[in-house]
Order: sequence, then structure tokens, then C-alpha cells
Amino acid sequence: MSLALIAALPFLGALLPGLMIRAGRNACAMTTGFVTALALLMLGLHAPAVLRGEVIQTRIEWLPGLGLNANFFLDGLGLLFAGLILGIGLLIILYARFYLSKSDPMGQFYTYLMLFQGAMVGIVLSDNILLLLVFWELTSLSSFLLIGYWKHLPEGRQGARMALTVTGAGGLAMIAGMLILGNIAGSYDLTVILQNKEAIQASEWYLPALILILLGAFTKSAQFPFHFWLPHAMAAPTPVSAYLHSATMVKAGLFLMARMWPVLAGTPEWFYIVATTGLVTMVLAAKIALFKDDLKALLAFSTVSHLGLITMLLGFGTKAAATVAMFHIINHATFKAALFMSAGIVDHEAHTRDIKRLGGLRHLMPVTFAIALIASLSMAGIPPLNGFLSKEMMLEETAHTVWAGSHWLMPVLATLGALFSVAYSFRFLAHTFLGPVRDDYPHKPHDPGFGMWAAPALLAALVVIIGLVPMTAAGWLVDAAAGAVTGEPVAAKIKHWHGLGSPALWMSVLAVGGGLMLLASHARLDAIWNATPRPEAKRIFDGIVEPLAALARRVTAISHDGSLTRYLAIATVTITALGYYAWATADHGTGTRALTPIQTVPAIGWFLLVVSSLALVAFHRNRLLTLVLVGVIGLMVSVGFAYMSAPDLALTQISVEVATVILLLLALNFLPKTTPVESSGGRKLRDGLIAAFGGTGVGVLIYALMTRDFAFPSIAEYHLANSYKEGGGTNVVNVILVDFRGYDTFGEITVLGIGAIVIYALTEALLRGGPANDRLLAWSPDQRRAGDRHPLMLVVATRLMLPVALIVGVYIFLRGHNMPGGGFIAGLVVAIALVMQYMASGFAWTQARQKIDYHALIGAGVLIAAATGIGAWFNGVPFLTSDFGYVNIWPLEEFELATAALFDLGVFLTVLGAVMLALASLSRIAIRAGETINVDAFDIHPENDGPRTEPATTTTEAR
Amino acid sequence: MELLVASAIGVMTAVGIYLILRQRTFPVIVGLAMLSYAVNVFIFASGRIKIGFPPILNKYAETSYTDPLTQALVLTAIVISFGMTAVIVMMALGSFLETGDDRIDMTDKTDGEDA
Repeated sequence: MSLALIAALPFLGALLPGLMIRAGRNACAMTTGFVTALALLMLGLHAPAVLRGEVIQTRIEWLPGLGLNANFFLDGLGLLFAGLILGIGLLIILYARFYLSKSDPMGQFYTYLMLFQGAMVGIVLSDNILLLLVFWELTSLSSFLLIGYWKHLPEGRQGARMALTVTGAGGLAMIAGMLILGNIAGSYDLTVILQNKEAIQASEWYLPALILILLGAFTKSAQFPFHFWLPHAMAAPTPVSAYLHSATMVKAGLFLMARMWPVLAGTPEWFYIVATTGLVTMVLAAKIALFKDDLKALLAFSTVSHLGLITMLLGFGTKAAATVAMFHIINHATFKAALFMSAGIVDHEAHTRDIKRLGGLRHLMPVTFAIALIASLSMAGIPPLNGFLSKEMMLEETAHTVWAGSHWLMPVLATLGALFSVAYSFRFLAHTFLGPVRDDYPHKPHDPGFGMWAAPALLAALVVIIGLVPMTAAGWLVDAAAGAVTGEPVAAKIKHWHGLGSPALWMSVLAVGGGLMLLASHARLDAIWNATPRPEAKRIFDGIVEPLAALARRVTAISHDGSLTRYLAIATVTITALGYYAWATADHGTGTRALTPIQTVPAIGWFLLVVSSLALVAFHRNRLLTLVLVGVIGLMVSVGFAYMSAPDLALTQISVEVATVILLLLALNFLPKTTPVESSGGRKLRDGLIAAFGGTGVGVLIYALMTRDFAFPSIAEYHLANSYKEGGGTNVVNVILVDFRGYDTFGEITVLGIGAIVIYALTEALLRGGPANDRLLAWSPDQRRAGDRHPLMLVVATRLMLPVALIVGVYIFLRGHNMPGGGFIAGLVVAIALVMQYMASGFAWTQARQKIDYHALIGAGVLIAAATGIGAWFNGVPFLTSDFGYVNIWPLEEFELATAALFDLGVFLTVLGAVMLALASLSRIAIRAGETINVDAFDIHPENDGPRTEPATTTTEAR
Repeated sequence: MELLVASAIGVMTAVGIYLILRQRTFPVIVGLAMLSYAVNVFIFASGRIKIGFPPILNKYAETSYTDPLTQALVLTAIVISFGMTAVIVMMALGSFLETGDDRIDMTDKTDGEDA
């Protein structure tokens, strides 16, 4: 369980910063850091076992039918990456606390950061490739949020979009590759796939799968020719760059290649694709880095170059090379994170990252200089720092690698890459920190506070320690990780001195010497570089994306032009045509089921329904008449239900009918009373044809259905047989609602409650001010008002009816389990009884006399239903399992007590609250429109012979 | 009886479709209400028609019952369609009050230009 918890912790932690920021920035950063530290601690507790060579697994079935399970495992490779992600994450959290300015929303930043961290940890711990893909896409999404964190900067938005497009597209390719891989192996579990090397490499699908997976890895790790997104992602705040580009995002691609190494590596295809791409990326990016003036852009390209280096090593497919790759991942993470943070400090203090405007900072920022010195010397590969060790080992590996029969190509190009690397590292150092102090910095720089340089200083210390005692400081981790990658025990020998006979030594010397010479002539080379035209990746990218976006926009404009009528017409015609097509092409005879005889009274009801429906079309412009006709139709439908053995439906339909008509009447008060003639004759004909087409289709379909027997045995029999035995009720419909399908009902009342709250929110928004509010305040009734709005007869009758109606409601509720009735119907009946009071004496009068909060009613309803369901857990049975028993209390008859009744109470309360809240919201609009509020129950009081003398008060609604 | 039910469903569907193709909010709302009737009766009727056999268990005699499952489905559907009608009525009212117009189609074309 704890592995899943490690992956889940950052996601849970993502909820906290938004809350904690209210307690201040320190509290926010500390909470975030605490969560990360906790995850790191839990990881650390597993470390001893993993280092002993054990693999820790957690398996949770999620969607076993799809092969998607939340399985996690932790081996040496996972430990290395998870350690980097969480460890460097912790330092970034500290650094960001001091880096972000007061105007930056810090809570948001940490939330995004934690989401990203969780996704990364998820990738490295996943034991299921489908799960891995989910996390993979999550990193693309959360890095989009992080890169675009400064939303006000167009570069930030564009960089974020580019990163998302490139890595997202690569992720899509990878999904396909992973599915192929899973298909070959017969399982989506990584541990199973990793044992199927022969089957996978022998498959004809090996090459397509390899290419697709590598597309995902290369785009993520910014390998040539997908390297261009990474420098644009530098528009992000520096902590983000430091995190994404040293330890996490771009390393995800490397991780994937390392993870898949046991099954994919070792073939010529793997070698030529991966090693060549890595080599090209390493050399090309190192050369570009040399000519970048922006500190972060320089570091970005150097990152691309180092990623290429590691990719190349993985591409060699040998155990030794994979070991070096693991070691360099550690080293690169340490020195590159430190360098990014130093660049951020320079930017923060000097207000510029332009290398041409800097120089001489050594005197002004000695601490930062010291950190940058160590880190950039390590990047250049100067002994005895850790960068030197892994670079030396890398050169050694290339010296033994043959590329297409050539012994010299690999070592020469690798040395060239190292040479560029030396040059840009020293340029970073020399042009920023060395030289004379200038007097034209945009802002006078000085060292920042301890909080800001603590994190990079710690990393710089690690650089030195790993450099001095590599075997003690990192050897064990490299062994564990490389052992997991290669599947064989590894004992790395990391040494500073390999003897004079070692080719790597001379390659190194050449690189350092050449690099220094290159730097010396940098000014001249820079001029040549700037004069040579070269392809601008962003322009090419935009050139591809913009026409696509324009095309998408055109298609949208045609198909999605804002005309609802058009969508509905297209949808109706398409669906009906498909239905007709299925009907015409399938083989079917006529129905064999015996027809039910037609009797006179139902035939009259049918006649009324059909005539009203047709009249509805003819008179739909007169909206009040429409309501009357809808009422007739609804009445006929409910009578029909009653006739056709559905008493529950009849009761529900008729009470809903009343509520609907009242609702529509209230709304019609403000809407125009007639619909103008707009459609041309042709259009009416078209719509009429569509309607007839659809109506006939539906009618024929249901006729065909009703005249045939069930194709499969109906599950209705089960419900009929078990309703009394297991549900304890004889009204099967009600038992299904509150018991068999209680979960559905629970969902439905929740939806109903949400619907009512949406109505309330809409009302609030309308009444808050703005054109709707102005229009309401200036409202003048477009129809004559009755002189006596609250007639005596109605008031007296509803008052008398209220207790009766409430008793009926209680009765219907109680008998629901055994006879027609139940919570839904009772809720509607009681709601109508209450609404009658509103109608009789007005909203305000009634509101003043009842103290029920409808929101609370809805909430209580849903909560009671949920609590009933949860109660089942205490009995050790699943959610919403009901229980019942029979009790005898003298002098009553034997009666039943069922938990389902409690659930039904929740239904009752929700329905009541929802209906009342909807209608009350409309009344509030009426009051805002100047509806008079009456103080008395009647307009014309029987004791005074005539209208009241004092005018009714006209006030707007009191808030 | 089957013929009556089927033709009633057909007529209600046709009227519903015709009305939702109108260009003002109110007829569209009424059209949706008509479609709700039609769909509810359709689902109900798919349990086949039986007259005089409500699904209330009879303790004292062996008898047959009509399909309770479709009834249970339709019962909640009726209540939910009320909720849906209430929400769209409110939306229609809101849009009329905001714009002074109860047309259903968007008339002004605003192209969202992204940065």
C-alpha cells in the first residue's frame, strides 16, 4: 500500500497550498515541503530493501477487464528517479519560496508543482504501462500549467503550448507503442513485459513499437529533432526550469528508455536509432549553447546536449554504458539544478539574464559565484568533480563503440561534443562572473539571503562530495539502478585515474584545451554565427501549427456556428436515417405477440392526447394556450399510466405536471406571451418533414418492440421474485428504487439537488446587478393584473387543504414500500401543498410564516440517503445494502421497519427541497420586478368592506 | 392497444421535434417537455403492455405482474425531467432578461482569438 501512497501523497498535497496560502507564504511553502519530505521519507524506508536487490510491489485492481491496474513497483531504477524527483523537489520548494515575488500567486505555484511531482513519481513507480501512460500525460498537462505560470507573458503561454503540443503528440505515439508491446507480451504489467525480451524482439511488430515508444521518449527528453520546445519552455519561472530540466520532466524520456532497456535494447535498430539521435543531439545542442546570450537559454541547450549524451549511452546497449548513463543522470541533476538556480539568482538580483550585460559579478556575489564555479566546472568535466567522472567514463565507452564499421566516428564526435561543453561552461562562468565590475547593470546585484542560496549550495556540495568519493557517495545507488536497468548485478568502478594508456584521458585533454581555445575566439565566432542563416525551429513549428489551427477554426465555424436549430435538425435526421437504414437492411418478420384489445375509454383518452398534440403545433404561438394543452397531454399520459398497470407512474406524472405548469406560468410572466412568426413556409415544411420522419420512426420502433416477446429472459422476474423476500416490500417499483437500484436513485436525487442549486445560482447571478437586474427593476407588467390577486376563496380553501395535503403526503410516503407511493411522490405532493400557499397569499406572506431553508432540505435529504447507505458498512455489507424487520407495538398491527424507508426519507426531502427552491427562485425574480409584497393574507379583507385603504408596499427584495 | 400507444408516442415525438426546431426559447422548452413524455412512455412501453396487473405483490393469490423495472426507470426519469425543465426555463428566462431577446440561436459571431 505504501508505494501507492508515495505516488498519491503529492496529489493529496496539491490540495494544501491553496488553503495554506491564507496562513502566509512561509506556512504554504512549509506545508508543501512537509508533504514532499514525508513522501521522501517513506521512499527512504524502502531503500535498504531495494539496495539489497529486492523489488517492492503494491497491486491494486482498478480496471482488470482492460488490463489497467494500479500496480506499483520499486526497484533500483525507480529508487534513483523517485529519490531525485522528491529530493530535488524539496530543494526547489525551498528555493521557490524566496524566488517568487509578492505578486505571484504562490499557492497556485505549489499546487501545480505538487501535481507535477505526483505525476513524475507515478511514472517511475508504475508497474503497469497503461497506468504509466496516464501519469505520462499528467506530466505533460501539469508541466503546461507550470511553464505557463506567468500567464501575462505571451512567451510563457506560447512556450507552454509548444511544450504541450510536442510532448503531448509524442505521448500519443507512445500510447500506440505501449499497446503493441502489451499485446505482444500478453500483459500490460511492466514486470511481465520485462521478462519477454525474446518474444518482443522476434515479433514483426517490434520495430513499429520501438519507433512509437521512442517518439514519446525523444519528444519528452527533447532529443533532436524535437529539441526545440525545451528552450522555449524557459519562459517559466526559474524554479520550474530548474526542476523540469534537471531532475524531472526531460528525464522522464530517459527513464522510459532505461525502463524498457531490458526488452528493447541490444538490437541494431535500437543502437542506430537511439545512439545516433543521442550523439547528434549532444553535439548540435552543445554547439548552439555556446552562442546563446540568455543564461537560461544557454543552460537549456546544455541540458539538451547532456540528455543526448545519456540517450547515446543507453543506445549503446551495453551494461557498462547503461551504468555510466545512470551515474551521469545523478551528476547532471546535481550540477544542472544548481546552475539553473544560480542563473535564477543572477536574474533575480541583477534583473537581467543577458550574458552580454553581465560580468564581474564575482566581486558582488561571492557566494553565488562559488556555487556557479563548482557546478559549471563539473559541467565542463574538470577533475575531480562528479561531471568529470561520468564524462570520462562516457568517452571511454565511445572509444570502444563501432558505428557502421567506423571506429573513429563515435569517439571523434563525442570529443567534439565534450569540447563544446567545456567552451559553453567556461563562457557561462567567465562572461557572467569574471572580468571587471560594470556600472550599467539594470539593478545593483548582491548575494541573496541564505534561504535562496541554501538549495544550490547543498547541490554544489553534493557535486564535490560525489566527485571526491564517488564510490561511497553514489556508487551503491548507481549499482542498484544499473542493476535494475540491465537485469544483472552491477558493480561499478568509478575512478579518477585510469592510467596514461586510457584513450578517455587524451580525449578529455583535447576537449578542455580545444574548449578553452574556442572560448578565446568566441567574439569572432559569434559574429560568424550571427551572420549565418539557420532554420528557426519556432518559425517552422508555427508554420505547421498555424494552418492546422486555421483549418480547425474553419471546420468549427461551419459545423458549430451557434445555431442550435441546425445542430438539432442535423442530429435528428442522422439518428433517424441510421434507424431506418438498420430497419431496412435487417431481416425481420412481423410481430407475433398477441395484441391487447382496444376499449372505448382508452380510445377517447388517445383521441384527446393526439388532438391536443396536434393543436399544440397549430397554436404554439399562443404560449398560455400552449400550457393548457401541455396540461391536457400530461393528464392523459398519467391516466394512461394508471390504466396500463403503473399506478406509481400515474401519481408521479400528475404531481410533476402540476409543478411544471406552475413553473412555466411563473416564467411566462416575464417572457413574451406569444411567439412571433419567423419561419418561412419552406422552413416549416422542412421541419414538419423532419418531425414526421422522426415521429414515424419512433412510433414504428416501439410498435415493433411491443408486438414481440423479449429476446432475452427479462431481469424483471428476478425483481418480482425477490422484492418481498430480500427487500421486504410488496410494491416492486418502490423496492427497486430504494433497494435494488438504490445507488441509481442516490445519484438521481443528487442530480436533482444540484439542478435546484443551479437554478438558485442562476437567480443570484441575475439579481446581482447588470442588464437583467436593470430590466427587472424597470419592469412594467405587460398584462393587466387582477384586482384581487389573493382571493378569499382560494386562501381559505388552501388553508383548509394544507393539513389534509400534508397528511396525504405522510400517508403516501409511509405506504410506499408496499402500495403505490413513496418518497418521490410524497415529496411532490407536499411541495404542491406548500406552493398552493404561495399562490394563495403571495411569496412574502408565506415565506414569513415558514422557516424552512430549502438548501438545508436538499442537503439533509442527500446526507440522510448517504448515511443510510454508509450504515450498511457497519454491518459489513456493501454500500446501500438494506435491512428490514417486523415489529409489533400494541395496539398497532404488525408493521415493518426497513432502512430503505430512511433512504426514502432522503429522497422525499431532496425532492421537496428541489421543487420548492426552483419555484421560490422564480418568485424572487418576480419580487425584484416590483411585485407588491402583501402584509395580509388577503388583498380584500372580509372585515373591511372593500379594498384595503393603505397601499401595498412596493419594495425590492430584502437581502 | 399497442397501436394506440405506439401512435401516441409517434405523435408526441413528432410534435416535440417540430417544436425544438423553432427559434424561440419557449417553444423549444415545450418541445423538450413533449419529447420527455414520448421517451418516458417509450421506455415504459418497452416493458410490454399488461392491463390490470400492477407490480404490487399479492400475498394471497398467484398472479402475473407487469414489468416493474421499466416503471422504476421511468419514475425517476419523470422527476429528473422536471429538474431539467426547471433549469432550462431558468436559463431561458435569464438569457431573455440579459439580452431582451428570446432567440435560441447565437447571432453575433465572436471568434475567440488566442494569444
